[in-house]
Amino acid sequence: MSVILVFLLAVVIVVFAWLVRQGLFSKPWLEVGVAGGVPIVEPSAPKAARVGLAVFLVVVGSLFALTVSAYLMRAGLGDWRPVRLPGILYVNTFTLLVSSLALETARTGARRGDFDSVRTGLIAGGFTALLFLVGQLVAWRQLNEEGYYLASNPANAFFYLVTALHGVHVAGGLVALGRVTGRMLRGAGVAALRTGVGLCATYWHALLLIWLVLLGLLTSWIGDFILICRQLLS
Amino acid sequence: MVDLTHGGDGHAAGHAGELELYHPTSWVTKYVFSQDAKVIAIQYGTTAMAIGLVALVLSWLMRIQLAYPGALPFIDADRYYQFITMHGMIMVVYLLTAVFLGGFGNYLIPLMLGARDMMFPYLNMLSYWIYLLAVLVLAAGFFVPGGPTGAGWTLYPPQAILANTPGQQWGIIIMLVSLMLFIIGFTMGGLNYVVTVLQGRTKGMTLMRMPLTVWGIFTATVMALLAFPALFVGAVMMLFDRLFGTSFFMPSIIAMGEPLDTAGGSPILFQHLFWFFGHPEVYIVALPAFGIVSDLISTHARKNIFGYRMMVWAIVIIGALSFVVWAHHMYVSGMNPGFGFFFATTTLIIAVPTALKVYNWVLTLWRGDIHFTVPMLFALGFIVTFVNGGLTGLFLGNVVVDVPLSDTMFVVAHFHMVMGVAPILVIFGAIYHWYPKMTGRMLNDAMGKIHFWVTFLGAYAVFFPMHYLGLLGVPRRYFESGDISFVPPSAHTLNEFMTIAALIVGAAQMLFLFNLVWSLRHGKPSGGNPWGATTLEWQTPETPPPHGNWGAERPVVYRWAYDYSVPGMAKDFLAQNDPGPGAAAAAPVGEGAR
Repeated sequence: MSVILVFLLAVVIVVFAWLVRQGLFSKPWLEVGVAGGVPIVEPSAPKAARVGLAVFLVVVGSLFALTVSAYLMRAGLGDWRPVRLPGILYVNTFTLLVSSLALETARTGARRGDFDSVRTGLIAGGFTALLFLVGQLVAWRQLNEEGYYLASNPANAFFYLVTALHGVHVAGGLVALGRVTGRMLRGAGVAALRTGVGLCATYWHALLLIWLVLLGLLTSWIGDFILICRQLLS
Repeated sequence: MVDLTHGGDGHAAGHAGELELYHPTSWVTKYVFSQDAKVIAIQYGTTAMAIGLVALVLSWLMRIQLAYPGALPFIDADRYYQFITMHGMIMVVYLLTAVFLGGFGNYLIPLMLGARDMMFPYLNMLSYWIYLLAVLVLAAGFFVPGGPTGAGWTLYPPQAILANTPGQQWGIIIMLVSLMLFIIGFTMGGLNYVVTVLQGRTKGMTLMRMPLTVWGIFTATVMALLAFPALFVGAVMMLFDRLFGTSFFMPSIIAMGEPLDTAGGSPILFQHLFWFFGHPEVYIVALPAFGIVSDLISTHARKNIFGYRMMVWAIVIIGALSFVVWAHHMYVSGMNPGFGFFFATTTLIIAVPTALKVYNWVLTLWRGDIHFTVPMLFALGFIVTFVNGGLTGLFLGNVVVDVPLSDTMFVVAHFHMVMGVAPILVIFGAIYHWYPKMTGRMLNDAMGKIHFWVTFLGAYAVFFPMHYLGLLGVPRRYFESGDISFVPPSAHTLNEFMTIAALIVGAAQMLFLFNLVWSLRHGKPSGGNPWGATTLEWQTPETPPPHGNWGAERPVVYRWAYDYSVPGMAKDFLAQNDPGPGAAAAAPVGEGAR
């Protein structure tokens, strides 16, 4: 469970730093007046949506940190036989990277007011993300053909679980991306798309990061890394 | 998946600085598929109470079986385990969590912060409907072949999915799916509560001016958002084990003389995941209760809360600490005994901020102008009960004391006091307190007082003797105790006494439900602020507040939430949006934030 505790520690540090800036040490009973010493944010939909996405990503982070914790805990037991990863996973990783970059292009395009790069970015991003999902399914198929069945070993079960959880999040992101793209196709201007495109790009980067961590886990690079850290500490 | 792009539409339509509210056009969008947080709150509350009634009846049935074994012929051992499981799961997740966060969270957060609604109303509506679906799926468990799962509310594998556990065919699948739905729905609601606190506060409402109710609900929501994924992951993995024959949690087992195909799973892994959710869950229920009680006590004792800053810090610290105590539920699970020492220590440390809160409530009461209104009675009842339950928690938190008490009625008595009776007293108190705002009418006082005394004394009559039974060694989860030599006959007499008390307490809740309905029509009109409270929800221009809450302009906050009995003032309270007598010229009241 150390992974989730490290994750939570990071969350606690960020929250605490933020709380301190919000006047956690003020004495509200002595302060009468409008400001109260701390600037108040005016609510705005784009800002709220960005904060909402950030909070949601923390929840997603918690979900995956817990999965990784469970994975490492289980992998520590004797009978763990790691999966031989199919090569297509690396191709998929590259596809997801391209997808993320495409959406980043769309975001910078939206900031500049450049409709063409928004359109190219959105369509390329959506297409490559779909390709990533198809690629993951192909990877499952290959594993099955090689005899790495879901139920035959805990390592296999974890492989399917981890990739499925990540895939579901990508698919959910595609729904949101589809909505933004739909708005674009119905003729929405760059200004109206800016928030949605920005949110999608952030979400994509987060999923890419999570995927890289998961890939490190599945290839047991992370396991080796933790082992080295432990040896250094002891 | 949560679609956050939705919020973008409102801004594009114009109205810089002000969120676009949706405007219901028909009865259905106003009261059924409503996006108004107040309606959603009442939907959450009524749904939770409805399923809570099922849990109440189940507890009656269990009590009858314990006191008069065989009196109800349809209760056999399998049924009894199914009742235990469903009672526990409904109360902890579908009632307490849903009422505090979905119910009071939705109703109070926007009103107390001076917001017009939650930040993502559509998501909020979706959250309720998914919750309702989760409740319906859960209730469907009673009607599937084999009935609901009888694995105990902790759903420990391997027995939860082994062939001879009741509900193994359908019940366990239904339970896991329902929990996953609940978590998805809650995440949608939870995002709303957090973002509304972060972004939706009106002008002048700094974090340190928020009422403690909002602090409690806010912190509990953050905790729930971080903790529920653990249950989600555990549920997905167990579902894989049950449906696809994987071995996440299933070790090599010989069941009924036959070896099963499973091998290599780790049951302890599930316990870690479950309690990583399960312990914060205690505080997810307790922190909103702490917050609400602080506000009830301050209002009905006409005195500012003692040590507001400490109270806020304590809430935050309890929230953080509750994530590092989970394994104190696992002292006898066979985990590394070295962990026990660590978790016992963290468990005892968490008692410090908790005790601090209790002292502060008592010090708030000291030399206050105490009004024994029904909400106040419930708040006082909570403090006493929480202290009782908390003290037995110190017993159980110590490994050496816990080991002999594990799996006895002592544990049952402890958690019922601390997270059953205590938070429910707060829910009642809060309903009596805020019902006038929700309906414009007071609840009947006489019925309220009868309800309080029967519930309070009755709950003690049920759970105090249970500690004694636990010390005698009476085991929990037993369908029938039979002739165990160390259990004296007096224990059986005591069991009958507890059962009669439980039946009476349950009946008193019917009086409460009757009061809720009767007062809708016949209650005394309450006016906008019957308790003379300072917080913003009592200062709305209309009662009950209409869609949008605040009329033309949102209120401006000039002070903290606890200016009661301020020396030299004509009134005994100053509302949060009251600029005060001296400041009237400097800051005209009409100057509203948008």
